[in-house]
Amino acid sequence: MDLLRFITCGSVDDGKSTLIGRLLYDSESVSLDVLAALEKRQASNGTVDLALLTDGLRAEREQGITIDVAYKYFTTPRRKFIITDAPGHVQYTRNMVTGASNADLAIVLVDARQGVIEQTRRHTLIAALLGIRHFVLAVNKMDLVNYDEAVFARIATDYAELTNHFNLPAATAIPLSALQGDNVVKPSQHLPWYTGPSLLQHLESVPGAQETEAAPRFQVQYVIRPQTPELPDYRGYAGQILSGQYRRGQRVRVLPSGLESEIEAIEVNQQEVETAAAPQAVVIRLRDDVDVSRGDALVPAGPEEPTLTRELEATLCWMSEQPLWPGRKLLVQHHSALSKAAVSAILYKVNVQTFARVHTEQAQLNDIVRVRLKTALPLAVDLYADNRTTGSFILVDELTGDTLAAGLVEAANSEYFTAPVAPPVAFSI
Amino acid sequence: MTDNNRTEIQTTMSTTFDYLDRLEAEAIHILREVAGQFERPALLFSGGKDSIVLTRLAEKAFRPGRFPFPLVHVDTGHNFPEVLQYRDELAARLGEKLVVRKVEDTIKRQRLREPGGKYPSRNPLQTYTLLEVIEEFEFDACIGGARRDEEKARAKERIFSVRDEFGQWDPKRQRPELWNIYNGRIQKGENVRVFPISNWTELDVWRYIQRENIPLPDIYFGHERTCVVLPSGQLLGLTEHLQLDEEDEIVTRQVRFRTVGDSTCTAAVESDARTVEDIIQDLLLAKVSERGATRLDDNISEAGMEDRKRNGYF
Repeated sequence: MDLLRFITCGSVDDGKSTLIGRLLYDSESVSLDVLAALEKRQASNGTVDLALLTDGLRAEREQGITIDVAYKYFTTPRRKFIITDAPGHVQYTRNMVTGASNADLAIVLVDARQGVIEQTRRHTLIAALLGIRHFVLAVNKMDLVNYDEAVFARIATDYAELTNHFNLPAATAIPLSALQGDNVVKPSQHLPWYTGPSLLQHLESVPGAQETEAAPRFQVQYVIRPQTPELPDYRGYAGQILSGQYRRGQRVRVLPSGLESEIEAIEVNQQEVETAAAPQAVVIRLRDDVDVSRGDALVPAGPEEPTLTRELEATLCWMSEQPLWPGRKLLVQHHSALSKAAVSAILYKVNVQTFARVHTEQAQLNDIVRVRLKTALPLAVDLYADNRTTGSFILVDELTGDTLAAGLVEAANSEYFTAPVAPPVAFSI
Repeated sequence: MTDNNRTEIQTTMSTTFDYLDRLEAEAIHILREVAGQFERPALLFSGGKDSIVLTRLAEKAFRPGRFPFPLVHVDTGHNFPEVLQYRDELAARLGEKLVVRKVEDTIKRQRLREPGGKYPSRNPLQTYTLLEVIEEFEFDACIGGARRDEEKARAKERIFSVRDEFGQWDPKRQRPELWNIYNGRIQKGENVRVFPISNWTELDVWRYIQRENIPLPDIYFGHERTCVVLPSGQLLGLTEHLQLDEEDEIVTRQVRFRTVGDSTCTAAVESDARTVEDIIQDLLLAKVSERGATRLDDNISEAGMEDRKRNGYF
């Protein structure tokens, strides 16, 4: 049984929380006491308001909206699912970006009475920007349009035009009614003209994360040095294989130093293994006594190496209420690597309705901008399009520690090309 | 997954991992980020199954080295004796440092009022002791076994959750958590609560316990116990801390505990499950969620957990 992470996106009244509630309810993932608590709050027409299963915080109950990313879990005999529920309002782009960053699939929800609207476009483009490759267009509230096939077909066509226009992955369109339970988990007799899978059937069959197919990437999180009488010289580099596969005896280069060595052993739970693959957490020991510390990358030497860079172009989603000005100094956290950095230029802002480039002097909360970033220490990066893990970073406020932006590497100037060369002199931070 | 399956993955490099492998890898990654980012972390150990799973994950993350943090237990004085014994044996077997601080001592030092009522729970007072021990050792990160499936407020909490010096959680000021990048930078006085098994459900925890063959305190399994029947019909193990009167119904039943919090607020469920497999079967049939079945303190108000978290509770 494997795992699928998906995000649900839709506008305020599209019935997103009801859809999630329905998935949990019909897949029998809601327990009796939770249902009892719901029924206590629902009296007027006697039906259970499934949306209350996800609207967790008091402020949300007061305002009747979802204000933050929430996570829900359910399991079927075929899969475990992690649902990220991100709110739909314009001002909460940052939550949508946050939710999409971890998702394998996006469910884009539209109201059958309204069809594809501005929000639909926005959510689709953000999800695509964050590298999601599987899309479901869930046409909800089919009960309110008399389960009319023509309505569904028109919306599906509109959406296909959108994805074609922006060269996005094709979506699977599914008609349903979350409120009535039509075609969410079980196929519905109200939709005899629809012969495809129900939403859940589709979610059970989509391929999951395939990170083992990318180039091998590993970053050191922590150095294990027991320094005991039994293990006086043991040095193990603990970290997660971020993508690809590693094997014992493989030649690897340490970045940013550029030094080469060979993998002497790969340990998983203290057992030596011949090979290991993403996303396994491992300990790697090297043949040679080279200097390796937290944040360093161990990668296969040669054509598959990442780019070692101190200057890159990136798409940022700005998440702070303080605007971003060119020249702003901050920290870049590239997974376990940390460096001082400065945004040297804001190249343009991306209009998330049209993907058009707009001139801007500064970035405001929820803006998507293309910037040039200079870093004090060289980072070993890949393009986000090639690797969602090593192509991503966050920007952090040096004083408050707050996360200011999500960053996607779009281009990187190589620090050096040929090996071996002397390691670049690191700035001290 | 069985050992046979695991070998197969290593030799054929199959590209699909079991979901438990993914949850495990994520949790180990988080524990190592704590070790890499903080100077004085701690693992909050309750003796419950979730914190026991955390110690197994820490072994996988840091062996053959020592844990880069002590185990910290906030002892309410109302703990089940079986759990305390298990705690001491586990710490000894692991060879790791165990710090125990008692709610009893906080009550004396801070002149707090003991909770009253028929079923006096020291659960709310744990927060005081927790904040004291954080101050005493200047812990900058506290690892806990909370899971998002336990409760609606927890469903929205980050894996790295920044708290002010009063331990307070502000749901509106949470940092966005992107990809698998965890930002633990804090200012003086702040600390971070870290929840490595956020994405696990109760069933996942049990399946992991089964797969890893992790021993647990006996009270998790069916046993005979003298209990008080609460007005709600729930069963509470009889201890000297309860203030009973003549109308209380005392019964002896075959029960087990689904969580092992304070003995005065953790109800038992009727069960004759003898093995982890029995418990998993129980769970698959169970129609009442973990906190609902066994915690008396969450039922007080629907926002019960949210209020306590804002005030520094885990």
